[in-house]
Amino acid sequence: MPDAGGWDFRKMWSGRAGSCCPRVQQGRAEPTPRAGGYNDAMSILTERDRAAVRKEFERLTGTVKLVVFSQELLAGDLCRQNETLVREVAELSDKITVEILNLALDRERAAKYGVDQVPAIVVEGADADHGIRFYGIPSGYEFSNLIDSIVVVSTGEPALSEETLSALRTLAADVDIKVFSTPT
Amino acid sequence: MRLAQHMAVASDRVRSTTIEATEFPELSRAYHVMGVPKVVINDRVQFEGAVPEKDFLGAVLQAVTHPRPR
Repeated sequence: MPDAGGWDFRKMWSGRAGSCCPRVQQGRAEPTPRAGGYNDAMSILTERDRAAVRKEFERLTGTVKLVVFSQELLAGDLCRQNETLVREVAELSDKITVEILNLALDRERAAKYGVDQVPAIVVEGADADHGIRFYGIPSGYEFSNLIDSIVVVSTGEPALSEETLSALRTLAADVDIKVFSTPT
Repeated sequence: MRLAQHMAVASDRVRSTTIEATEFPELSRAYHVMGVPKVVINDRVQFEGAVPEKDFLGAVLQAVTHPRPR
């Protein structure tokens, strides 16, 4: 498979001790009262994460929109962390915009995107929705996938072989791929 | 699993949903997720672990060429 980039996220976000890895709490814990609330100043990405992602984002060509779905009552804490992470990622390139929606209130948009879980992220291109979704906070290995999906949506150049590309062009039916993953 | 999202960009027919298994235990149970990464295509072709691009494509084609038994 062609190398998607010079920088190996696998190594960077493999969850090893000492590696840079967005730190998020796991599990649907009860939200703990915090002075900062939505404007909590604590950041998820480290400086090292930011530098690495910024370098990756130098390859961006087209604009990318990250549409986030949250729902306070279902998973408030996870959704807030997810929103924070997405905003921090978007800050690293002026080609990325963010829209935060509510699964319960923005039902039409959720139906249009086919989103029925939170937290969710839709990675949408300037001209098209390619059907890329993330359910859950993309940390660890999934974080590298999120960054990779932003790059491939932006460039419109999938790193696939000619054989794969030509086979995909002849698909006669829709293909829904679910990938179950874990943070590390 | 980058192949799924790259395929989604390559074809309008393909959509890719990455699910954080520990945050969605019910969904993971419904799809009998025992190990990760686990890939489920059109709810009928599934495999665990990273596979070469060729095999991933094979699974995609298998999922669309044989209609789901009714």
